[in-house]
Amino acid sequence: MIPEPALLQIRGLSKSFPVPDGGSRTIIDIPEFSLGPGEHLALRGESGSGKTTFLNLIAGILSPDEGSILVDGSDMAAMGEHRRDRLRAASIGYIFQTFNLLQGYTCLENVLLGMTFGGHADRPRALALLERVGLSSRLGHRPRQLSSGQQQRVAVARALAKHPKLVLADEPTGNLDRRNSREALALIRETCRESGAALLLVSHDPEVLGAFPNVRDFAELNLSLKEASS
Amino acid sequence: MTLLLIVRRSLRQHALSTVITALSIALAGGLLMSVWVVKEQSQRTFTQVNTGFDAVLGARGSKLQLVLNAIFHLEASPGNLAASDYEYIRHHPAVKLAVPIAVGDNLRGFRIVGTLPELFTAVEYAPGRHFALSQGRLFNPSEKEAVIGSFAARRLGLKVGDSFHPFHGLVYDAANQHPEMYVVTGVLAPSNTPADKVVWIPLHGLQTMSGHDPRAATELSAVLVQLRSPSAGFMLDIMYNKQGNRLTFAYPIGAIMAELFQKISWFDKVLSLVAYLVALVSAAGVLVAIYNSMASRRRDIAILRALGAGRLFLFTAIVLEATLIGAIGMLLAFGAYAAIVSSVAVVIQAQTGVLLETFAYSPVMLWAPLGMIALCGLSGLLPAWKAYQTDVAEHLAPIS
Repeated sequence: MIPEPALLQIRGLSKSFPVPDGGSRTIIDIPEFSLGPGEHLALRGESGSGKTTFLNLIAGILSPDEGSILVDGSDMAAMGEHRRDRLRAASIGYIFQTFNLLQGYTCLENVLLGMTFGGHADRPRALALLERVGLSSRLGHRPRQLSSGQQQRVAVARALAKHPKLVLADEPTGNLDRRNSREALALIRETCRESGAALLLVSHDPEVLGAFPNVRDFAELNLSLKEASS
Repeated sequence: MTLLLIVRRSLRQHALSTVITALSIALAGGLLMSVWVVKEQSQRTFTQVNTGFDAVLGARGSKLQLVLNAIFHLEASPGNLAASDYEYIRHHPAVKLAVPIAVGDNLRGFRIVGTLPELFTAVEYAPGRHFALSQGRLFNPSEKEAVIGSFAARRLGLKVGDSFHPFHGLVYDAANQHPEMYVVTGVLAPSNTPADKVVWIPLHGLQTMSGHDPRAATELSAVLVQLRSPSAGFMLDIMYNKQGNRLTFAYPIGAIMAELFQKISWFDKVLSLVAYLVALVSAAGVLVAIYNSMASRRRDIAILRALGAGRLFLFTAIVLEATLIGAIGMLLAFGAYAAIVSSVAVVIQAQTGVLLETFAYSPVMLWAPLGMIALCGLSGLLPAWKAYQTDVAEHLAPIS
């Protein structure tokens, strides 16, 4: 049997940032990392450990100093910014801790905008997704008219609207209470499963991590953290 | 589609600054168009208005004063000329028609001009147009009767059958009322010429008004002259102005008025410069308004970038937003233009009787809006560049 190629394949990834004394500090140093199609993985990591930077690198929001980031066979790290934007728009859904919804737009428009840059705004799908996340009666509401839990549900619908192959979730329950946190997490996992999307979630919350059968320590993955602690 | 949605929402999110900026563009654009149209139209109109005459003969003095007094019914008369001078030019073979006028009285500030009925019957004040009466008939030259210009009739509230006492002098003074009583026999239809603001009475009536010097009872203020050919004008110009030193022959009328505009062209330039500067400042206002809102826009820009929007897309959105503010402003500018220019036209008509065609097409109505919109688009480049450079990762970071 031929093994299925990884959806996300990272090799020799490093990223440094300048520090005030004039030098630079390596935040990411990951020799190898992969995620299969449809796989759900949670990364455990403390605040400030570089988890968000890691996701931003995968999403092509940041470009690495070295290494390759193959997303569905295309090397994000070797692309120009325009192509990275296109790949992110087409293949990656991103869920943020602070939801990052556009305040001037309705729930429906937020979801439609999530699709627009990746291809076309599929209104029936946006409506179906909002119904799926229980917000069919809030289509015309603006984010500030919704509770935190509802806002995160819009963000989930937006991330999944364009049929991404990979969903990145950065502390997606960090701003929610326990009940909303559990609901949001279940929703993210279920909707990713339903659409066949791989899910890479980073969190430091044991309850969130406990919901995943597959959890890895970001500190083991990221050599720069080992060097810093040794 | 998405671009327009984003621009529309951004305009709405920053509604107050959008409205204020668009209004400042509207005022600037309206002012620019008004200055231009008033300048253009007043130059064109005042150099073309001659009420059907080629030249004016009057006492020795300034040609411009003579034209302003005899044609536009402004300024004081430079002096009188003898009836014999009128008779001489009337019979000159180069002259087709000569109509005398006498001034010196007013009716509550509106100038009373004495003349002959030929002014209304034999003269085309503009090609193919004779003075017409909207009410009544012309005055009888031997009676105390008057024909009122349309604007003066409206302002004075006079109609056929009404009567009035003239007042001595060109400036109204209630103490200087003449005892003579004149009856209005006709009201002129609007001609949009200085004749509209004049109270016309028979020449003899003005010359012999009680209180006027009886020795000057046959004298005239000016003679309006129609020539048989343009060369005749140059001949009479040499005869009166160069060879003679007693009278002034103002010819051609249009060129004399053009000289006036030439003399005050610096004022036009200053006015235009001010209008341009106002336009520039308003366009800079677009820049400032968008630039100042960049701090609050950065997060939205970062989110849109995270959703896959390219830098160029967002750059275009900001430039388009600035352009749209300019377009909205320039749409409103036509309202500001209408208000400004209508007010100016009323003032000009009250002073000169000439009504500017304020709503006639002028090229400025095309190039000013296009120019302002382009300028606003250009002013969007700097904030657009800031948007282009937005650090996505930094602005996506949790607010806390």
